[in-house]
Amino acid sequence: MADDAAPVREPVLQPGHTLTSVTARISEVVLSGRTPRAWSAALGVSLALVALLIVSITLLLIRGIGIWGVNGTVMWGFAITNFVWWIGIGHAGTLISAILLLLRQSWRTSINRFAEAMTLFAVASAALFPLLHLGRPKFFYWLFPYPSVFGAWPQFRSPLVWDVFAVSTYGTVSFLFWYVGMIPDLATFRDRARGRFAKVFYGVLAMGWRGSARHWKRHEVAYLILSGLATALVVSVHTVVSLDFTAAIVPGWHSTLFPPYFVAGAIFSGFAMVLTLAIPLRALYGLQDFITMRHLDNMARLLLATGMIVAYGYMAELFTAWYGGDPIERSTHLDRLTGTYAPVFWLLLFCNVLVPQVFWSRRMRSSIPVLFGASILVNIGMWCERFVIVVQSLSHEYLPSMWRTYSPTRWDVATFAGSIGLFLALFLLFLRFLPSISMAEMRQLVAARPEEGGS
Amino acid sequence: MTAPFGYMAEFRTPEEVLAATRKARERGYRRMDVYSPFPVEGVAEALGFERTSVPATVLVGGLLGAAGGYVLQVGLNAVDYPLNVGGRPLNSLPAWIPIMYELTILIASLFAVLGMLALNGLPMPYHPVFNVPEFARASADRFFLAIEAADPLARLENPREFLDGLRPERTWVLEP
Repeated sequence: MADDAAPVREPVLQPGHTLTSVTARISEVVLSGRTPRAWSAALGVSLALVALLIVSITLLLIRGIGIWGVNGTVMWGFAITNFVWWIGIGHAGTLISAILLLLRQSWRTSINRFAEAMTLFAVASAALFPLLHLGRPKFFYWLFPYPSVFGAWPQFRSPLVWDVFAVSTYGTVSFLFWYVGMIPDLATFRDRARGRFAKVFYGVLAMGWRGSARHWKRHEVAYLILSGLATALVVSVHTVVSLDFTAAIVPGWHSTLFPPYFVAGAIFSGFAMVLTLAIPLRALYGLQDFITMRHLDNMARLLLATGMIVAYGYMAELFTAWYGGDPIERSTHLDRLTGTYAPVFWLLLFCNVLVPQVFWSRRMRSSIPVLFGASILVNIGMWCERFVIVVQSLSHEYLPSMWRTYSPTRWDVATFAGSIGLFLALFLLFLRFLPSISMAEMRQLVAARPEEGGS
Repeated sequence: MTAPFGYMAEFRTPEEVLAATRKARERGYRRMDVYSPFPVEGVAEALGFERTSVPATVLVGGLLGAAGGYVLQVGLNAVDYPLNVGGRPLNSLPAWIPIMYELTILIASLFAVLGMLALNGLPMPYHPVFNVPEFARASADRFFLAIEAADPLARLENPREFLDGLRPERTWVLEP
């Protein structure tokens, strides 16, 4: 890239920081007890959306999924669109934490913790939808192989059962990874907390961590192995999600392209969400020294790179539909370009293919409004992509007599908005009560700086 | 006064604590530990702690997960409740792969975390080092070397004098 010739790159940590200042600066975000007004306002809005979610779910449980716009033809609607979208967003957290750790990218250090938290909360929001979409959510546990009196077992050849295992494994491993990395920081909070309640709270969570050299060694080894395992996991989760589609014979779904295309889209949307969260976060808590322009620049580059992979996916999808010569596939894809849902398709092309191209320019990558705006547009674009895959394909199956459109009801929209509220509320609470930047790893950065050189 | 648990010295930098640990090991101390706010490279080796059994634990977990996933699916879908789907073989390995893969990762990760905690003896609500108020900085910006009173050499000489000779910031006697 032309930018390789750039004079001096922004550091991953602004100079002048010591072990003491890094620890004090990051822990005061939580322990000082000062709550920015913007935080309270944001939490208020999020909780209002959570209230809306609770109302929508209650109504759904009373009346059934008839309150949604789904019908016998387009039976997946918003619920599965949202599920795939949320699960995809989670991927960037694991990618930043695990893959960039294995690749020894030191810039991941200050953003990994909150990206992991984002993963967890995105998975929580995602998991809501298939459960609610079951129609009878109280029987969700039938999906697990538990010894029941029915004498029947789950059908392990079904991708929907694979999905249950993939998503629950993903949630569990993401939680373990997040918590293990946080133990030393919780010990710091325990040692610095002033109130009795805070001391006990963080003390219990820190489990008596005292920073022994032997403990650190085992911790480092376990963390490294976990990151290797999480790397293997992150490519499998969206692959399994995509198999929910490809294993069906619905035109527009039945394609070998889907697994890599879904994984790339997941990482793409995840990085967009990390940017969407990182930009207000650093402004809100004045963390510009730790989350520097270098981080934002790198994430913009990753958006551009993964955006190109996604664009290739769109191209390959249309090309194989045309070149394969199957009239049904052709008809479905033609409908995608010109039919009822064409505006959504063109919007997704604009958001996911055109918008990231601005990041070829260094000036755009260093402009906060452009970064923020583009990240929002990519989030929207990726949601539209999921919508087109789920809804448009189902609305245009083999015979004209099977064609039927879907339009969301207000409760579809309310549930989706509520899930965003749930995600934001959990994230805001995390910022307020847990270490949002890994202090132990920042200290390592400080200690290693003289040798680090310019990279 | 009861017999002390040990003796502890405070250092300012990771280099100082590493040098002090090497000197203590040369002197002949074995039952000692270093406490630091981040993993200091070389300290674990200087303490004579070269290998951990965490990786082996993870391997066992991974193998259990893979085998468990296979047995679970064959047992349920081919033996206990045979399900003929499209005439495919009842025990069709390719269809079992995704769940075996996920369970391998799940059980291996659980073993990694629980194994690490168990080997570290965590959770441990009480430890004598916490009796020193200044030890709070071990999780922020200071480095500590502690020699246990139970060390064979500590019976022959006073470790506190030895620690004082390393030019630390301060030294303490650790109450048990």
